[in-house]
Amino acid sequence: MKIEVLGTGCAKCKTLYENTKKALEESGKSAELVKVEDIPSIMKYGVMSTPALVINGQVRFSGKVASVAEIKGML
Amino acid sequence: MLKNFADYIVFNLLTLKPGSRLGEALDFFIYDTIKIFLLLAVIIFVVAIVRSQFPPEKTRKILSHKREYIGNVMAALLGVVTPFCSCSAVPLFIGFVESGVPLGVTFSFLVSSPMVNEVALVLLWGLFGWKIALIYIGTGLVVAIISGIVIGRLRMEKHVQDYVWEMQVGNGEIVEKTFREKLAFAREYTLGLLKKIWPYVIIGIGVGAFIHGYVPQDFLARWAGRDNPFAVPVAVALGVPLYSNAAGVIPIVHALMEKGMAIGTVLAFMMAVTALSLPEAIILSNVLKKTLLATFFGVVALAIVFVGYLFNAIL
Repeated sequence: MKIEVLGTGCAKCKTLYENTKKALEESGKSAELVKVEDIPSIMKYGVMSTPALVINGQVRFSGKVASVAEIKGML
Repeated sequence: MLKNFADYIVFNLLTLKPGSRLGEALDFFIYDTIKIFLLLAVIIFVVAIVRSQFPPEKTRKILSHKREYIGNVMAALLGVVTPFCSCSAVPLFIGFVESGVPLGVTFSFLVSSPMVNEVALVLLWGLFGWKIALIYIGTGLVVAIISGIVIGRLRMEKHVQDYVWEMQVGNGEIVEKTFREKLAFAREYTLGLLKKIWPYVIIGIGVGAFIHGYVPQDFLARWAGRDNPFAVPVAVALGVPLYSNAAGVIPIVHALMEKGMAIGTVLAFMMAVTALSLPEAIILSNVLKKTLLATFFGVVALAIVFVGYLFNAIL
């Protein structure tokens, strides 16, 4: 599984990254977690509001910070 | 009812005299604080639900290849209901222009979205009354529409950073949220926003209450009244660095209006606080060359100054 957190480096994006990391730890699943900060890569997904979460190439949500529990449900 | 509650606390429980400065200031503070927070909680929640119906991806589709005028009007209106945060101004801008939203139409959106926001509306409605809140929405939309048309007419496409036109943008199909998810989103959005702005609101109301109780009546009439032609441009210039503090600024401005600040000046000041922001300019410099950025700020500032003079003249 590959998880990408899209965001240009704002406070919300950092929170989403931390929440995702925690969700991964708590669920015990293994995945490659990366933070994507450059605009061209973010735009490739067509995301227009950050932060956004991409799992295996699919945008799961954009423009919000999801809770740890919520992210666990998506893994 | 809230007024009675505040009166009861201040004049009965704390036994301060009605008409005393401290008593009046404290009464004003308690009443405004409770009223504003109730309004904020309810309205932000409702707005968040409305907004979850209009993700930017959908707005972009509606605005794509729209013509001048109709496109500008729709962009200004959609700016009100589409969620926007200056931190995602760059992906939003690129997403818009890349999918064929004309530059002028994009700017109508970029002006109206931060200007007509729920926090400013709640505070205007709660403190100034619904008439002023409606005037603010109406003139805000007109400023957004006209600024966008002017920028569109100036044909400034070449002043957008070159890489923007070469970028590959995905079509951004996002999963539609269920109504339960939307409610959860709205709740979290409301709590998050309140958490962020409450100190500013309290400080703003506190300073406003102090002015209400201690500053003499008509104190500002000479400097910020309608007869001083410099009041409007100075108010607009002062508003630029105060961005994101609309929550704290509006209660203070309300108290200043009581002391003689003219209504047009008040409107212009608030529009400058919400629509013209230094941090947003820095973020937008990633996608706009200096000429276009300066034009954007200049055109919007001029439109706001005009609104100020207009309302000082007619109200």
